[in-house]
Amino acid sequence: MSSRDIILAQVRVNQPPASDLPKVPLFDANLPSPWPQFQASLQRMGGEILDCPEGVHLNALLAQHFPQAKIIASVVPEVEGNFNVVQGEDPHHLAEVDVAVVRARFAVAETGSVCFTEQELVINALAYLAQHLVVLLDVNEIVGNLHQAYQRPEFQMARYAVLHSGPSATADIEGTLVHGAQGVRTLSVIAYQRTPCVV
Amino acid sequence: MKPVDQSAAADMFIADVQHERFHDHHLWDLRKGRDQERDQIPEWETLRQLASDIKAHTLTHLADYLEEFERNATANGVQIHWAQDAQEHNRIVGEIFAAHQVKTVIKSKSMLTDECQMRPYLAELGITVIESDLGERIQQLDDDQPPSHIVVPAVHKLRGDVAKLFARTINSDPNNDDPKVLSEAGRQSLRPHFLAADAGMTGANYLIAETGSFVVCTNEGNADISANLPPLHVASVGIEKLIPRIEDLGVFIRLLSRSALGSPITQYTSHFRAPRDGSEMHIVLVDNGRSARLGMADFWTSLKCIRCGACMNTCPVYRRSGGLSYGSVYPGPIGVILNPAIDLHRYRALPYASTMNGSCTSVCPVKINIHEQIYQWRRIISEKQELPLLRRTALDVAAKVLASPALYRRVIAGVDQVSREFPRALIYNPLNAWGLQREIPDAPKATFHQWWAKNRGADHE
Ligand code: SF4
Repeated sequence: MSSRDIILAQVRVNQPPASDLPKVPLFDANLPSPWPQFQASLQRMGGEILDCPEGVHLNALLAQHFPQAKIIASVVPEVEGNFNVVQGEDPHHLAEVDVAVVRARFAVAETGSVCFTEQELVINALAYLAQHLVVLLDVNEIVGNLHQAYQRPEFQMARYAVLHSGPSATADIEGTLVHGAQGVRTLSVIAYQRTPCVV
Repeated sequence: MKPVDQSAAADMFIADVQHERFHDHHLWDLRKGRDQERDQIPEWETLRQLASDIKAHTLTHLADYLEEFERNATANGVQIHWAQDAQEHNRIVGEIFAAHQVKTVIKSKSMLTDECQMRPYLAELGITVIESDLGERIQQLDDDQPPSHIVVPAVHKLRGDVAKLFARTINSDPNNDDPKVLSEAGRQSLRPHFLAADAGMTGANYLIAETGSFVVCTNEGNADISANLPPLHVASVGIEKLIPRIEDLGVFIRLLSRSALGSPITQYTSHFRAPRDGSEMHIVLVDNGRSARLGMADFWTSLKCIRCGACMNTCPVYRRSGGLSYGSVYPGPIGVILNPAIDLHRYRALPYASTMNGSCTSVCPVKINIHEQIYQWRRIISEKQELPLLRRTALDVAAKVLASPALYRRVIAGVDQVSREFPRALIYNPLNAWGLQREIPDAPKATFHQWWAKNRGADHE
């Protein structure tokens, strides 16, 4: 008998009497307004909101916000970077990236999370090897809580789906919170409507 | 193996006042943070009940769910392996790495690989495993010390300890003990390891039967780098980590980090369903005593544990003894009920490292009756005739906790609800802080030792 069959057989013999699987409610009555709630939660998690004033181009906004940045890798049409992220390429190339610009699939107000899949990231490692992460978010795409989030199709379909709630963080040394543990040092969200697809 | 003398190890920890005080206060702060989060969620108790019920359902149908998971994961292009015990787990992982000529592995935190003692095994094969969680890396650099807490592995160390350790091991400035500077030094020293690794390893917090996917929660993002950079990702997971549906995650993710650290969610909640193009993903499903535990009527619910660490943060004995004193990768109340099933002789003293105040049970997000299981283990151990020695040990532990009136009051304040089902003899047993409080309404003025000598000492020896 294979280890698999032995384990399964032993589990079957030892399983306690069956109990039912409960229904999980959405707990979404009276949720607060999503965008203000999202901003508050994101800030709690150490992320920030970047305001893009009317008439200012995103390129200019980023140049102003990250004056030291040499390599900006953008995978969104709204921002022009100076580094090409090509699907299927070796992720190790991304180690030099200062700022990565990506679009969130959707966001979660309860936790200040933004969701990406392999589609938004092009190369998954982009969101971790860059020093700073800038996220474009359409404020019409914010769900209220995690129960609603898990109704979304991404978790069924994507190979990789991730919720980022603020930047990388650690409190492993004397409980002192430090951002930029192993992943990005900052995570900034810009409210920016999705550009309609040109057919 | 020699029995673990938790009490003697705790003595050493307590003797170091600075460390003991920080540890105690910091973990209590985490507990308070958990309470604040709880208070903001009206459905908190409903979520705990749901989490407990979902786990109960899954565990009572575990074989079917394991098969469903295997089927779906395989269809996603993930390779599934089954390991009956630690040795088989290590052998499988070693074989996967050998087949890919892997020499260096970057790994995120996984209690299971510690449980299997995988690192020394792979080292023998010439494979270097680098821990990428900062706390776990600190422990690794410190002569391969095990983690002392399942969520914050180096919580027993102070900044000065880390400064000295980093100066010795990664050439940081010995005179700078600023945690920001030290964390940055850790980041800088780990980054080349990420970039050079031939393979990445992670654990998993949840396996989802419905999709064949698994979820990893971290704050540092280290699991995502480990999984997304090298061309090979191996995840080692205990078979009890299953849940049936994606929608069940809503319940567990809402509870996990709030219970663990008092934060609404971990910074990264990562869902892996299928390998990236051109890379491989393997999952090793590990039993190592879990299927046997499933058949233990009094103890199977301990398999519901989601490793949040809340029971440790709230436990007065854990807070004052440090995790290393338990002599196991699973310290604190959860360790007290897991370990005796693994080796009763070795861990026979652990069930006495408890004041029986029930605080662990009242914070557990999956509602494991931890303190009742501790009591059941005491019964089993007393039936094995090892009681006299153990009573002394237990007395020492309780005495240490009760010697500090401030701490004692906090212990009592931490009791939200305690099962009153115990026999009177146990409730009013001197090992039980709760029972003690009922007999002496005020916090004790005398130390527990003095109280014991006066009231009960005569009929004990
Ligand atoms: S026993 Fe409960 S409180 Fe303790 S680590 Fe497990 S889930 Fe958390």
